[in-house]
Amino acid sequence: MRPNRSLATIAMLSAGTLVLAACSSKPPKQLPPDPGGAVSTNTSQGTMQQGIVPGSQADFAQQMMGQDTIYFETDKYNIDAADEMALQAQAAWLARYPGKRATIEGHCDERGTREYNLALGERRANASKNYLASLGIDPARLTTVSYGKERPIALGSDEASWAKNRRAVTITID
Amino acid sequence: MKLVPTILLAALLSGTAIAQDAAPPVAPPAEGQGIDVTVSDDSDWQDLGIAIPAFATNADVATQTSAGSTGQLGLALAQVITGDLKNNGLFKPTGPERLPRPELGQIQAPDYPTWAGRRADMLVQGFVRAESNGQVTVGCYLYDVALNQQLGKAGWTVPPGEWRRAAHKCADMVYARLSGENPFFDSRIAYIAETGPKDHRIKRLAIMDSDGANHRYLTTGQATALTPRYSPDYKAILYLSYYNGQPRIYIYDLESNTQRLLLKANNPLFAPRWSPDGKWVLYSMAIAGNTDIYKMPAAGGAAVKLTTSPGIDIGGSFSPDGTRIVFESDRSGSQQVYVMNADGTNQHRISFFGGRSATPEWSPRGDQIAFTHIAGNFRIAVMDPSGGSLRYLTDAWQDEAPTWAPNGRIIQFFRTARGSGKTGVWQVDLTGRNERKLETPVDGSDPAWGPLRP
Repeated sequence: MRPNRSLATIAMLSAGTLVLAACSSKPPKQLPPDPGGAVSTNTSQGTMQQGIVPGSQADFAQQMMGQDTIYFETDKYNIDAADEMALQAQAAWLARYPGKRATIEGHCDERGTREYNLALGERRANASKNYLASLGIDPARLTTVSYGKERPIALGSDEASWAKNRRAVTITID
Repeated sequence: MKLVPTILLAALLSGTAIAQDAAPPVAPPAEGQGIDVTVSDDSDWQDLGIAIPAFATNADVATQTSAGSTGQLGLALAQVITGDLKNNGLFKPTGPERLPRPELGQIQAPDYPTWAGRRADMLVQGFVRAESNGQVTVGCYLYDVALNQQLGKAGWTVPPGEWRRAAHKCADMVYARLSGENPFFDSRIAYIAETGPKDHRIKRLAIMDSDGANHRYLTTGQATALTPRYSPDYKAILYLSYYNGQPRIYIYDLESNTQRLLLKANNPLFAPRWSPDGKWVLYSMAIAGNTDIYKMPAAGGAAVKLTTSPGIDIGGSFSPDGTRIVFESDRSGSQQVYVMNADGTNQHRISFFGGRSATPEWSPRGDQIAFTHIAGNFRIAVMDPSGGSLRYLTDAWQDEAPTWAPNGRIIQFFRTARGSGKTGVWQVDLTGRNERKLETPVDGSDPAWGPLRP
């Protein structure tokens, strides 16, 4: 298990410095006020760990260690054993922070037609949502969105890249 | 703005009637300036050498057109007509740069021996005249050189901003007269203009004429826009755009340059389509992982759910008479093409080719359905409405999303490059032999060809 960072975090908060992780593909709803030139904008994990707020998206992304994303076979949307483990980890975190809401983004690889992939991405996001709900997470806390093949994370045109792009990513809402 | 057809009265050229009798001879062809009779296809009529000299004018005066004076406009008109006839791949015309410009008096009385000497089978020539109200009148004539016979003529008076339409109308007249097919050049295309790296593509709604001219971006790219469709009257475009992270269907009003949500729903909405009469809109909505096709009045109102299968039912394209809809569904386990009546009854699969069949679009002629066939490569193919007579038109790594020319003889689609993910709008005719990329300012996808303009 990872060490509890709440003490460090409280110290950071009291210092008035709130650092948001850039792990999410969405910008934070409110950008922090420009602190001037003193704050590093380095978002690598090493520096970020010091400023992560428990219950934040940054905390979620760090705690999940990659399990914020589940992966699918070509044209499939079923939840396999690896997905179950990832979703259980996600559910545990969501259970710890019952006030947090999350969006699940469904994605596809480039080897599909555009409109079908939008629907397929939605189906994958929904499969993830359904499994989290089956683990006791209130589905009202979970929204889904599909980007189809429009937002690949791996840029190659090969099976390894496509496998990385067939995914559902859970992003908690700060 | 409406294009006003002009009746080519003798009066129009009456001032030059005498000159017609004493037409100055066209300069003899210089070495190497004959008509190249190049065959790009097998049909006989495509072997025709078509000469398209610069259009004549009664007086070289300034116009408000982007082309310049009437003299420059006469050259530009011939260039646009040449481009139209050349770029669809069916003809190999010789444009005005390599031909002498006829005098006004020769427009209705061609110097046949001179054109025959240049080995021209067909002659397209015309005139341009500036009107006092700023409009321009364009006359267009088609002659069979061997027969010494006029095959067609037409004329239009257009606002200065629409001079290219007169050229497209002329090219349409020539194409229709020589091929026996319906015209299509005077039409527009909506598509998605793409820029940026593969993982951060900016996708903007854009429109252009059928030859790529008069290009205009309609959205800024802040929100991803996808899958546009021109309304049958060209007044609006249906398209998908992300709003607050959810795909929604918008109508872009081209007269007011405003956009509005077609409908508000808490579920993702995809694949908007017009009915042929513009009165209905098809769309697809996902609810809890299940996507179905709905139909609603374009003016707003209650939607009717047309499909109920537990799979993904998406897309849809009306038959030209509006009685049937071809759509795609994975209810069998993979994407396949289905046909149903416009009220959702009698749903049946028509694609049985192996692989997956997607993005069906019914031809405006009603006789064919274009679609994307996926078996390894993504290829554009056509079949008849009962699923027979499969024919492939392209073979590249990834071609998808066909859209028909107004006359049902040419198909546009978009091609994605392996690796870079760069996209381009391409077109191919029904023989599959004449394939070319459309020139767009940036990458392009999701072309949607509108109908012939009135």
